[in-house]
Amino acid sequence: MHDHEQRLHAISAHRWRIAFVLSAIMLAAYYGFILLVAADVGVIQEMVRAGKSIPAAGLGDQITLGMRLSDGLSVGVLLGALVIVFAWVLTIIYTRWANGVYDREIEELSHLAR
Amino acid sequence: MPQTSTTSILFFFVFVSATLVITYWAAKRTKTTEHFYAAGRSITGFQNGLALAGDYMSAASFLGIAGLVALNGFDGLIYSTGWLVGWPIILFLIAEPLRNLGKYTFTDVVAYRLQQKPVRVAAAIGTMAVVLTYLIAQMVGSGTLIKLLFGIPYVWAEIIVGGVMIMYVLFGGMIATTWVQIIKACLLLGGAVAMALIVLSKFGFNPINLFAQAAKEGCDPTAAAGSQMFCYGGKVLEPGTKVVTGAWDAVSLGLALMFGTAGLPHILMRFYTVPNAKAARVSVMWATIWIGGFYLITFILGFGSMVLVGQKNILAAGGGGNMAAPLLANVIAGEVFFGFICAVAFATILAVVAGLTLAGAGALSHDLWVNVVRGGHAPQHEQMIAARAASLILGVCAVLLGIVFQGQNVAYMVGLTFSIAASANFPALVLSVFWRKFTTWGAVCSILFGAIGTLVLIYCGPTIQFDLLGPKAAAAGSPKEVVDAANAAIAAYKADIMAKWWYFPLKNPCIYTMTGSFLIGIVVSLLAPERAAQEGFNEVERRAVLGEPKGAAAE
Repeated sequence: MHDHEQRLHAISAHRWRIAFVLSAIMLAAYYGFILLVAADVGVIQEMVRAGKSIPAAGLGDQITLGMRLSDGLSVGVLLGALVIVFAWVLTIIYTRWANGVYDREIEELSHLAR
Repeated sequence: MPQTSTTSILFFFVFVSATLVITYWAAKRTKTTEHFYAAGRSITGFQNGLALAGDYMSAASFLGIAGLVALNGFDGLIYSTGWLVGWPIILFLIAEPLRNLGKYTFTDVVAYRLQQKPVRVAAAIGTMAVVLTYLIAQMVGSGTLIKLLFGIPYVWAEIIVGGVMIMYVLFGGMIATTWVQIIKACLLLGGAVAMALIVLSKFGFNPINLFAQAAKEGCDPTAAAGSQMFCYGGKVLEPGTKVVTGAWDAVSLGLALMFGTAGLPHILMRFYTVPNAKAARVSVMWATIWIGGFYLITFILGFGSMVLVGQKNILAAGGGGNMAAPLLANVIAGEVFFGFICAVAFATILAVVAGLTLAGAGALSHDLWVNVVRGGHAPQHEQMIAARAASLILGVCAVLLGIVFQGQNVAYMVGLTFSIAASANFPALVLSVFWRKFTTWGAVCSILFGAIGTLVLIYCGPTIQFDLLGPKAAAAGSPKEVVDAANAAIAAYKADIMAKWWYFPLKNPCIYTMTGSFLIGIVVSLLAPERAAQEGFNEVERRAVLGEPKGAAAE
């Protein structure tokens, strides 16, 4: 019984490690994006404070997210869309792993316990 | 703007009749509280994924984000991404322990090894704060919108929404609510995809062409001098200062959107409708796919209406940009489609308020009445009466609040809701599942600080003090002296408020309140350790992994 308890702990600790790592990756991706937005907003505010007007064509390369990859595609729009796609990929990977590998281990363990 | 035709009323009528038939069917199956709150745990992962998406994609995200993008371009993406990235976090950290430890509400999890009464009272306060602010935002939004879309007087719109919603919840409980969410999600996704395809067909099925077109449009020469409103140009593809006023505001808003999702009681409640943790994971996976796809589509709709409808026409239609999506429908596919999209927007509101009311009813009857007043021992039929009474009370409250707040600018309330959810509910939920030393009073203090702190800081912040209480700008087209005088008055007022000691500079306080809530929970728990709570943690750990012991579910 003691052994069973320990294995349960080990499996659950393993799952939590994976869950935390994935959460950290998601946070880093999203916060990377938000911090770029924040930095750009800082630049814009600085310009407004200095009395400069912002051209109608946008700031383009002067701010990180304004850089144009083509006429209609700025780095900002691309990264925003990529954050969403990234969230998809992470949830699908985790769900497949947890519903396959992890659940099978737990299942085996509860059979042993009985 | 096209006059609302009989088509939209017809579409809406079909939706309401179909959902009421489902409610009748569901009512016959709703015999116990397990049916009423958790749909008998019979919903599959895929179905629940759609229902979660239905619960989450409110009119604020459909009409609101489309409007935000149409008027500001890129800034709408801050909301879209923020509202989505909360979902993976729910999946990784919350879904599984929530499903395995709880019964009907997320409070079940927080209170699992702590003293029931204080924790349940505090968590019910946190839940009600979120539910009521969100209900006000939805009800006021819906009244205004329905008035615009269907030309029905505001008060009548409130009563219709409230009345139909009460029918769903009161008779059909979670079973009816779930199916309403699923139908609404399908209609919304289908409508949005159809619109996006028609828009893209005009741009060679390449969204980049659409963005390029939006960036090419120069300033509108007829726009009022000094107004940047119609001067979109290349700026639409870059961050601006409309949504966030500064760097810290961006970070704080990001926190609220991300972690607020993981603290919304009506979302958390949905995890009890599936049979096990496996299905709970599948449901979040599908919800993430649907919601993410929907936001990507909304982005296209926003830019589509910017180019095809024009910012001026969107603003002229009223509703602060909310009409962008319906107007786009009218421009690209005519009046019948416009009617269809209007009806979908109406259905969206109905479904979201039904989910909210059910979550609020859970807090009032399951947490407060059954577990606090009756000490956890109430016969089944009494629990059902309490649940239905609570739904009815909340439904009536929603209508009354909607009427009381008529004409108020409630856009900030959605942000407020997410901020409270992230500060009051999320820290307590996480600490109770992950931290052995968490105590009853740690939980109570953390929840109360999160709820009250957020409300106070929002009140002391720019949204309430400037936008709501401050002097208004002069009406467009006023003579120059009037405009100057109004601007001077605003500047003087702002300087005066900003000098006050209590002034809080951020629009969104989440960065302080959420961190504070975690800290207070930890400090209070460390100052007064609770033996019983620590001993109970082994059981929490075990059950979070294995779920309910077999046979105990029959209770």
